[in-house]
Amino acid sequence: MSKLNKRSGANKEINYNEVPAAIRRRPYYVVLPGLIILIGILIPFVTAIALSFTNYSFKLPTTKFVFLKNWINMFSSKDFYHALGVTLRYAIYCTGVQMILGTIVAFLLKNDNPFNRVLKVLFTFPLMVAPAIAVLVWQLMTSNSVGVLEKLLNLLGVYNFPWASSNKTAMFTVVLIDTWVNMPFVILLVQAGIQSLPKSPFEAAQVDGASAWFTLKTLTFPLLKPFMYIALLFRLMASLQEFGIIFALTKGGPGNTLMNISLTSYITGFTYQTLGKALPYLLVLWFIVNISAKFIVKRQRKLTMQAAGRE
Amino acid sequence: MSQTTDFKKAQSAASQRKSLQRLGFIGRNLALICFATFALFPIIWMITCTFKSDAEMYNTVFRFTPTLNNYKEVLVGTDYFKAFFQNLIVAGGAVLVTMIAGVPAAYGLARYNFKNKEDIAFQILSFKFAPEILVILPVFLIFQKIGLYDTYFGLIWVYQLITMPLVIWVVRGYFEDISVEIEQAAQLDGYRWYEIFLKVLLPLVKPGLVASGLLAFIYAWNSFTFPLILSGFKIQTITITSLRYIASDSVHYGQVAVAATVAIIPEIIACLFIQKHLVRGLSFGAVKG
Repeated sequence: MSKLNKRSGANKEINYNEVPAAIRRRPYYVVLPGLIILIGILIPFVTAIALSFTNYSFKLPTTKFVFLKNWINMFSSKDFYHALGVTLRYAIYCTGVQMILGTIVAFLLKNDNPFNRVLKVLFTFPLMVAPAIAVLVWQLMTSNSVGVLEKLLNLLGVYNFPWASSNKTAMFTVVLIDTWVNMPFVILLVQAGIQSLPKSPFEAAQVDGASAWFTLKTLTFPLLKPFMYIALLFRLMASLQEFGIIFALTKGGPGNTLMNISLTSYITGFTYQTLGKALPYLLVLWFIVNISAKFIVKRQRKLTMQAAGRE
Repeated sequence: MSQTTDFKKAQSAASQRKSLQRLGFIGRNLALICFATFALFPIIWMITCTFKSDAEMYNTVFRFTPTLNNYKEVLVGTDYFKAFFQNLIVAGGAVLVTMIAGVPAAYGLARYNFKNKEDIAFQILSFKFAPEILVILPVFLIFQKIGLYDTYFGLIWVYQLITMPLVIWVVRGYFEDISVEIEQAAQLDGYRWYEIFLKVLLPLVKPGLVASGLLAFIYAWNSFTFPLILSGFKIQTITITSLRYIASDSVHYGQVAVAATVAIIPEIIACLFIQKHLVRGLSFGAVKG
C-alpha cells in the first residue's frame, strides 16, 4: 500500500507558495513572438561587423579576409572626415533650429482657446508626410520655372535663387525641408509638457510676486526639461542618420556637399559595389548614435527625477 | 489732490498694461499665423497645382481653370496605381503582424515581472535608434541569398523594425494604466488568463491600439530607405515611385503634384483620427500627453 502511494506521488509534499512552472514561463511565451521577429533582424548586424573585415563586393566571386584594411582606409581617407563633418553639422543645425523654434511656437500655443486648438491639429499635418514626399513638394516649390518661392523672391528682387543646386545653399535647403517635416514633433512634445505643468507652484510664485522671467527660469524650464530632452533625443538620433531627405533631394550633391555618413556608405556599398568598405562607416555611425542616445537618456532620467522632486 | 494724481497714475498704469497685453496678444497670434503659413502653405499650394494644366503651371499662382487631367494621367492604369496598392499591402501587413506578435509582448512587459524585463524592453526600443542603412545592407545580402529580396514577406518582416518597437512601447504604457484590480476581479469571476486578455483588457486599451496601429501604419507607409534597397521591379512603394516622376525628364509638374497629394491625403485623414493619442504615440509612450 505504501509503495503505491509513493509511486503515485499522492504523499508528496506540495509547496503551495511556489508558482507553477506553466505560469512562471508564461511571460516569456507572451514576449517571445515579438522578440523572435526582431532578433531575426539582429543577425544581420553581427554579419555586418564580420563583413567589415572582408573585401566583400558584389563584383568579386570570392570574399577574402582583409583584417583591418577597410578600417585603416576609412580613417585615413578625407571622405570620411568630410562625411563626419556633414553628419554632425546637419544634426546640429536641424536639431538646434527645430528645438528652439519648436519650443517658441509651443509657448505661443500655451493658451487653450479654439484658435490654438485648431492650429495644434493643423501643425501635425507636415509630420505625417513622408520625408521623401516632402522633398517632392519642396522640389516643386523651389523649382525655378514653376515654383511659387521663386515668384515670391522675384517680388523681393532676387532671381534664380539656387536652392539645392548650389553648394552654398544646399545645406540650408535640406535643413529647411527637415525642419518643415519634423518641427511639429518638437512643438507637440513641448506643448504636452506645458499642459502637464502642475498649477500650484506657479500660483505660489504669483502670490510671492515673482517676476515672469524668474518664474520661467526657475520653474517652467526645469519642469519642462524632461519633455524637451525626449524631443531632443528623438530629433538628434534621427538627424544623425538622416538618409531619405538628402538622398531624395540631391543624392548627396552638388559634388559631395551633402554626403553624410549614411549616404557615403550607401554610395560605397551600392553604387561602387564595395560593401566591405561601406560597413565601417556605418559602424562608426552606429557608435556615435548609441553613445549620444545613452547620454541623453541618462540625463533625461535624472531630470525627470529632479522634476518629480525625488532628488 | 494727491489722491486724484494717485488715481490717475494707477489708471494710466492699468491702461498701459492693457495695451501691452493687447500688443502681446496681437504679436503672439501674428507669429502663430506666420508659422501656420510655413507649415500649411506647401500642402495647399501643391493641391492647387494638381488642378493646373501644364500650360498654366508657369504663369499662374492661384487663378486658373481647374482640370482633372493630371489625376487621370497618374492614377488610371499606371505604375503609380500599382504602387499604391502594393504599398497598402506591405504597410498593412506589417501592422497586422506587429499587432499579433507585439500586443501580447506589450502586455507581458507591462504586467509580469521577470528576469531581464527592462533589458528586453530597452533592446526593443534600441531598434528604433539603429541606423537604417546599417541594418539594411547586410539584410540585403541575406535576403538575396535566401530569396526574400523583392517579396512581400521580406519587406513586411523588415518593416517590423519600424512598427514593432512603436507598438510595443506605446501599448505597454496603456496596459500599465489599467489597474490590476480589474484583472483580479475578472479572475474571481472565473475568466481564464487569455480570456481576461481578450475580453477585458483589449477593449480597455482599444483607443491606444488603434492610435499606435495607425501611427505605425503611417510610418511604414512613409518608409523610404527599406523599399529603396529591398524592393526591385516586382514590388514598388509610393515613396519610390513618386520620386521617379520628378527624376524623369518630363516637365509634367502637375502629375508630380498629384503623385505627392495622393500619397499624403490618406495620412492626413488618419492623423485626424488619432489626434488625442498622437503625443503618446510619437514619443513611444515617454510622454503621456
